[in-house]
Amino acid sequence: MNKEQDWPLYEIFIRAKSGLDHKHVGSVHATDAAMALEHARDLYTRRQEGVSIWAVRSADIVASDPAESDAFFEPARDKIYRHPTFYDIPDEVKTL
Amino acid sequence: MYTQGLDSLGKDCLRDETRDGAALESRFQARVDAEEKIEAKDWMPEAYRRTLIRQISQHAHSEVVGMLPEGNWITRAPSLKRKTILIAKVQDEGGHGAYLYSAAETLGVARAELVDQLLAGKAKYSSIFNYPTPTWADVGAIGWLVDGAAIMNQIPLCRCSYGPYARAMVRICKEESFHQRQGYEIMLTLARGTEAQRAMAQAALDRWWWPSLMMFGPTDTDSKHGAQSMRWKIKRFSNDELRQKFVDTTVPQADYLGLGVPDPELAWDEAAQHYRFGPIDWSEFERVLAGHGPCNRERMEARCKAHEEGRWVREAAAAWAAKRSAVAMQAA
Amino acid sequence: MTPEVRYVLRLADTNLVLAQRLGEWVGHAPALEEDLGLANLSLDLLGQARLLLARAGELEGLGRGEDQLAYLREESEYFNLTLVEQPNGDFGDTVVRQFLFDAWQLGLYEALVASGDAALAAIAAKGAREAAYHLRYSGGWLVRLGDGTAESHARVAASLARLWPYTNELFHDDDVDRAAAAAGIGVLPSALAPPWSVRVDQTLAHATLARPAHSSFVWYGKQGRHSEHLGYLLAEMQSLHRAHPGASW
Repeated sequence: MNKEQDWPLYEIFIRAKSGLDHKHVGSVHATDAAMALEHARDLYTRRQEGVSIWAVRSADIVASDPAESDAFFEPARDKIYRHPTFYDIPDEVKTL
Repeated sequence: MYTQGLDSLGKDCLRDETRDGAALESRFQARVDAEEKIEAKDWMPEAYRRTLIRQISQHAHSEVVGMLPEGNWITRAPSLKRKTILIAKVQDEGGHGAYLYSAAETLGVARAELVDQLLAGKAKYSSIFNYPTPTWADVGAIGWLVDGAAIMNQIPLCRCSYGPYARAMVRICKEESFHQRQGYEIMLTLARGTEAQRAMAQAALDRWWWPSLMMFGPTDTDSKHGAQSMRWKIKRFSNDELRQKFVDTTVPQADYLGLGVPDPELAWDEAAQHYRFGPIDWSEFERVLAGHGPCNRERMEARCKAHEEGRWVREAAAAWAAKRSAVAMQAA
Repeated sequence: MTPEVRYVLRLADTNLVLAQRLGEWVGHAPALEEDLGLANLSLDLLGQARLLLARAGELEGLGRGEDQLAYLREESEYFNLTLVEQPNGDFGDTVVRQFLFDAWQLGLYEALVASGDAALAAIAAKGAREAAYHLRYSGGWLVRLGDGTAESHARVAASLARLWPYTNELFHDDDVDRAAAAAGIGVLPSALAPPWSVRVDQTLAHATLARPAHSSFVWYGKQGRHSEHLGYLLAEMQSLHRAHPGASW
């Protein structure tokens, strides 16, 4: 028996309701885009969890490497001046 | 992000381990101790990865094989309402299998490989599904007891240290509570029904009680993987703790049904605030686990048959997609 | 039984029998995802069947509810189309049966939303959305199998040849249909043939499958004269319910 290959993997993103972002929910196997959407619909929206589905070939996703996460994300840590709480404004001054 | 780049993860692990294995491992354990979630591409000890693959895939196989005993009653469900509920329920089990395979795949293993292991008889699945469902009441008993025991096992897994598994379990637990409730409702209807229906319900409870207690696995003293899994926060409670909790919750539910739990030693211990129950027949557990349960052969045959008979379909879909992308490439 | 009741029962029974057939697949499909897909088809059709049975019971006025109608009628009192009682066979047989049916049902519901019976019109509106999805699913699979491998093409072509003759019944008008149409609650089956042909021919072309030649073969399942398969299907479906007369479940 020759080894069977899985159908390609798609990552699935669901918009729970209009106004919200699509959110990653998991993956499905499918041979083609139409099938990926159908499988995602049957698997991830059986209880009205969504109003819109994105399916992306897993192989097409580019991801940051956890080994580089310090280099990527540490530099933002000390830039506290980007946050509104960094600034001292007297309480009397309203709507600022 | 689920599975991308996981082949290289394996290599990274090796490289890292030879370079500075101990430091990485203690950093990993510190993250786990701090209740941080471990994600797919994060460094993890090889044994942690293997443990998770084993546990998640066994869990996935259990869901898929678990479709069979209840699926046995889809065509004969005694009312259209029950038929509807049962189809949705069995479908959910399939869905849970899919969520779990999806989580296992983040660890760098292909679903096809896991399925091959199952079909070759090399992977385990929950022994409970090797018991038959001779009557409609078994559908009720499975929902009430088996899904009840599963929920008790699974709720702590929602806080498992491995992110993709924990997230799959959150989704699953949300859906399982309907399963348990529909099962109890079936039992309640039978218990309040005709004499024949009541007898059917009692017989099903008799059949499923002990196997349900065995679902929590060997006693803590005999459990092989317990301590390490606790350290890794894959597991949060011991087998015996969960089993006790299940008994304490379930006995009053049986009382409410007016059905008898088939254990002469069952008694409420006022001082301990727990039910004391009789000894479990671990030789039966071992026997079923070793493949000699009432339905081991049927279950595996059914899975193998579906897989083999579906091969031409899976191949056709793959061939069609390959043709289409070849056409698209030419057009581009 | 009035023609109106009988007309609604035809629709109800057709859905119920096909839902029952699809339910047989759950746990045994070619891929885990298809277990879920087939279960969804079954659930949709079962949901429609229950609404239709309830409506038939109301129109009949004898106090028969969905379970009484589903579980306590004999084979000859079932009025489903013969196509849907055909056994599941392999996945290709199931896909072809489903596709031929979905293309028909979508056209039916699109027309039936104008029914003078408000309940029927509402069921048709809900059903049309579901049927549109079903057709996408079954049509998609028909194309993959028809234009997949040499084996899948041969298999699905044979399924099509085997099941095609049962489609004659889908467009055959009889007295019940004419009475229901005249009363403004039903649709004449013959009127559904042109849109069905357009849908079917389009997908068959994508699937690289030839439309089988017309045959004069006609079954009359909708008149209660069935193939040999329905008896077994009902025996299985009704066994537990009939074994406990009067019990609640």
